[in-house]
Amino acid sequence: MAGYRGSNINPKKFERGQLKIFLVLLPLAIVMVIPIVYIFCHAFKPMDELFAFPPKIFVSKPTWNNFRNLFKASQSSGIPMSRYVFNSLVVTLSVVLASIVFSTMAAFALSKLKFKGKYMLMEINNAALMFVAVAVQIPRYLVIDTLGMKDNYFAHILPLLAMPVGLFLVKQFIDQVPDALIEAAYIDGAKDLTIYRKIIIPLIKPAIATTAILAFQAVWTNIETSNLYINDESMKTLPFYLNTLANANNNVAGQGMQAAAVLIQFLPNLLMFIVLRKSFMNTMANSGIK
Amino acid sequence: MAGKSTKRKKNSIARHENGNKSAYGFLAPYLILFSIFIIIPIIIAIGLSFTSFNTIQAPTFKAFLNYVNLITQDEIFMQYVLPNTIKYALIVGPGGYILAFLIAWALSQLTSVPRTILAIIFYSPSMTGAVAMAVVWKIIFSGDQMGLINNWLMNLGVIDEPIVWLTSAQFLLPIMIIVALWSSMGVGFLAMLAGILNADEELYEAAAIDGVKNRFQEMIYITVPTMKPQMLFGAVMAIVNAFQNGVIGVQLSGANPTPGYAGQLIVNHIEDYGFIRYEMGYAAAVSVILLLIVMVFSKVFGRLFSEN
Repeated sequence: MAGYRGSNINPKKFERGQLKIFLVLLPLAIVMVIPIVYIFCHAFKPMDELFAFPPKIFVSKPTWNNFRNLFKASQSSGIPMSRYVFNSLVVTLSVVLASIVFSTMAAFALSKLKFKGKYMLMEINNAALMFVAVAVQIPRYLVIDTLGMKDNYFAHILPLLAMPVGLFLVKQFIDQVPDALIEAAYIDGAKDLTIYRKIIIPLIKPAIATTAILAFQAVWTNIETSNLYINDESMKTLPFYLNTLANANNNVAGQGMQAAAVLIQFLPNLLMFIVLRKSFMNTMANSGIK
Repeated sequence: MAGKSTKRKKNSIARHENGNKSAYGFLAPYLILFSIFIIIPIIIAIGLSFTSFNTIQAPTFKAFLNYVNLITQDEIFMQYVLPNTIKYALIVGPGGYILAFLIAWALSQLTSVPRTILAIIFYSPSMTGAVAMAVVWKIIFSGDQMGLINNWLMNLGVIDEPIVWLTSAQFLLPIMIIVALWSSMGVGFLAMLAGILNADEELYEAAAIDGVKNRFQEMIYITVPTMKPQMLFGAVMAIVNAFQNGVIGVQLSGANPTPGYAGQLIVNHIEDYGFIRYEMGYAAAVSVILLLIVMVFSKVFGRLFSEN
């Protein structure tokens, strides 16, 4: 009994017992990371290294040529790449901001306000966690067509804003805010809107960061919208363009460009996660479904 | 003055206690979008599944004909799509999920710095997105001798000449499964990691007194039971991801239908009928079946984590 050394979870310092964990995890991590390292290096390989036989994972003389070619390729097509970048930025910013506002508002109501139908709405949203968007592509297309949203930014933005996972996580997080705090504010005469803005929002920054990450991941690499709901070339987004390019240059020379295109899509995601990871993990601790 | 303000305060609390109109205001934007883009499409899918609809003429009511055809006439569905989907979903869903839990648990046994670095490595594949993911693996599984995998296997003497991996009926599905497993350490994985790290220290102390001796016993007797809610969230995410990523076969092989229907999953079958053949009624019936399968999978997991 006296020998209790504390649990093995989240140890403060290195012990020999952790070696066997490393022994299993490290090889696995290396296998997982090889494709990413390979693509990363591929994007910076000059032509002779792309053609080198046998193929090497690492790059020895890095160059920006692949990225340059990527931009050049767009000059020969009718629409400049900057147009796709602009579309992607507009759509991504709108989706991230609007989904933060909408899901925190809805989560606040579901967590702290009393109204009829509250539990039913929560049940419905929990069930919607299982929602597989690709299954309803066709009816979604019909809805978007009927509402006249084809070929404009609304088709890019609005369908992505209803994110059941985001609402769920924010709601679980707001549940942790003590009711007493809110009661006190009501006694001081605060309105719901004031409570939302002055109490809830400052206290749930980690959940907001999490919503931002999830929304960003959903929208930044999204290609279905451009594929299905947008016919006008000049309204399509960057991932669509990069994908077209990747399919058009399906040879060894094109591989460098494809890898560069992958990096443009992947790096912002990775950086955002690395910067906001503490908030993300903080939110995830409350993610349980009871 | 004082009395008046007390009365007003009471009113505001009372209003807060019984049905609150402003709550609907807060909910409205989300609820409207949720209805338009999730609820209504599901209802339309169910409705259309009982019709024949080519997007030009109005739908005609066909009762259960689509479902009957799906089960009795659609040989491709029964011979390829359904078995492929079940094989894929069983390995990638539960398999990816167990892998995610074990890795999360192993990570929790490490100190903060190596844990964070490794967690980012494990999580990063899920961030690449379906299209970029396909490009990455297309290059690695490239069909000539320049392909990384072909080159390695030829050096090891396993194969004599390069294999055209992505258009081969034999290898497409296994490769899809590998790629899906590779990218399965997503949100659910992080949720489980956070759940394990957040566990109550006292429980572990009590368990040690009760005779729990090693890491493994600790995991089975304390970690798993205390983090069931996160486990369920992780499970739902794993299943949804498995089905959502089903498009990868078409991305990898560059064709729908995939070569010899080897990588054809339900998601691709829906696209094939909906957007290639414009048989929307039939595609809708397949969608409804897909939603049902996801629901059944999730319910089974729900049972698993609520009973004991």
